[in-house]
Amino acid sequence: MLNFILLILIYTGIYALMAIGQNLITGYVGLLSLTQAGFFAIGSYVTAILSVTYGIDFWITIPLAAIVAGFFGLVIGLPTLRLKGDYLAIATLGFGEIVRNILNNWDKVTNGPMGIQRIPMISVFGVRVSPYEKWGFLVLVWLFVLVGYLLFERLAKSRIGRALEAIREDEIAASSMGINTTRYKVWAFVFGAAIAGVAGSLQAEFILSVTPGAFTFMVSIMVLCMVVLGGMGNFKAVILGAFLIQFISYFPQLVGLSNVIPPQFKQVLFGLILVIMMIWRPQGILGREKRNAPGSFFRKGGRS
Amino acid sequence: MILLETTKLTRAYGGVVAVSEVDFQVREGLITGLIGPNGAGKTTLFNNMTGLDTPTSGKVHFNGIDITNHSAHKICRMGIARTFQNIRLFKELSVLENVMVGLHFTTGKSPVTGRIGAAFHSYLRAREEYELMHEQAMKWLNFFHLEAFADELAKNLPYGHQRELEIARALATSPTILFLDEPAAGMNPFETDSLMKTIRRIRDLDITVVLIEHDMKLVMNICDTITVLNYGQNIAQGTPTEIRHNPKVIEAYLGKEEA
Repeated sequence: MLNFILLILIYTGIYALMAIGQNLITGYVGLLSLTQAGFFAIGSYVTAILSVTYGIDFWITIPLAAIVAGFFGLVIGLPTLRLKGDYLAIATLGFGEIVRNILNNWDKVTNGPMGIQRIPMISVFGVRVSPYEKWGFLVLVWLFVLVGYLLFERLAKSRIGRALEAIREDEIAASSMGINTTRYKVWAFVFGAAIAGVAGSLQAEFILSVTPGAFTFMVSIMVLCMVVLGGMGNFKAVILGAFLIQFISYFPQLVGLSNVIPPQFKQVLFGLILVIMMIWRPQGILGREKRNAPGSFFRKGGRS
Repeated sequence: MILLETTKLTRAYGGVVAVSEVDFQVREGLITGLIGPNGAGKTTLFNNMTGLDTPTSGKVHFNGIDITNHSAHKICRMGIARTFQNIRLFKELSVLENVMVGLHFTTGKSPVTGRIGAAFHSYLRAREEYELMHEQAMKWLNFFHLEAFADELAKNLPYGHQRELEIARALATSPTILFLDEPAAGMNPFETDSLMKTIRRIRDLDITVVLIEHDMKLVMNICDTITVLNYGQNIAQGTPTEIRHNPKVIEAYLGKEEA
């Protein structure tokens, strides 16, 4: 039982990383993108292929996963970010599906639907962090979440974050204030993609295998749900959202009713949550964080 | 000296010609008015000069530089700021933050390390930078006596203050020309009076002001020179007195007298 809760918390951490990226894109810049699953898959496969086929150490593959995912974010972002609202959602959704189909069919590199197995385990300073000993892996994953949170929170509080919010509020006015809106939109997209790549890398190391079936459209929807449920534009809130959504999706197994409640039930539940949230609390559980003076990078606190 | 100039600027939307071969000049230091009946193409001309729209043909020159196909942010960085007819504030940001967005690009330059260096600087030294921007932003809020509202969300400001905030935000980009698109729309006579004083104070800061306005009292009082558009064409320009007695202008506004 404890092991199962730890497993949920590890997944919460992995999804929290993706939700942080999604929050920068959707919560700050206001772009409805549905492509986190695609970048997640790219991150996973980069780690899997590099470590299995080329025997490269995990700690080298993880920044590469971020860079490759970020690069695809750039390639996808440049053409699609001219679109707005629903059209952007459809275009990015298409990208996620393209990635999954390529992984499914490019047998030579990705081994098709079989996926890649036997990914070597992570070691930290010679100490192996095995996914079977969940405490160690839990700490590792949440350290990544902490670093990701600090980096992105910092970005959002800086001058750059203000520009991103201005673009969300009124793109035309923002460009008339001297903000290069295209550049900022693309960069936000790249950073959001990169952190999803890191999440994918961690997931590959946790499951020790990757298969294309794990990166369906549902993943993107779950990540979006986390952001909406927690509160757009608030990084603490989306981590809370990730926690709640993960617990809800594993609830049947957790209470031992997995043979009574079918797994598809969670999709019904997500839909219900979104509807309820939109009616009673569209700003999410915690709501948007008010912009105020940032603390120093090295010492926290001071005037609010 | 002519600061900004359009030559034979035309903007057509399909068959509809919104602005047709307009020559429009803005002289440095003067307050220029742009008037004309509804649909005359005033806002279209503004949009073409500030990069929000690209002309079908014709040129826009600013300080002798061709800015015809420049994007809006580039034009803003060269020193042309504007406000909008339908207020476009960043509604969910505070009043202070709105002005700080106006300061965005002036604080983002680093002579030594360039733009990427500046991005890292603002990332690592966000607090230092915030205090610097805060000081400058408060200066502009003080200019409009809005300092008491600094922490209020922009959407919660009364209408007249929203108009002022939009001007403050534009001024924060430290422009040489300020375009005001119907600044007095929806204001009562008392607010319009105070707006007139404000526009004079802006001119005293050595900022050239160009304004579109329907309120003739305001236009005739503060403008040094007026250009009149009708059906996308420049039909007259001159001092307020000349414009007031120009038969073409009277015709455009009141119609032709039956013979």
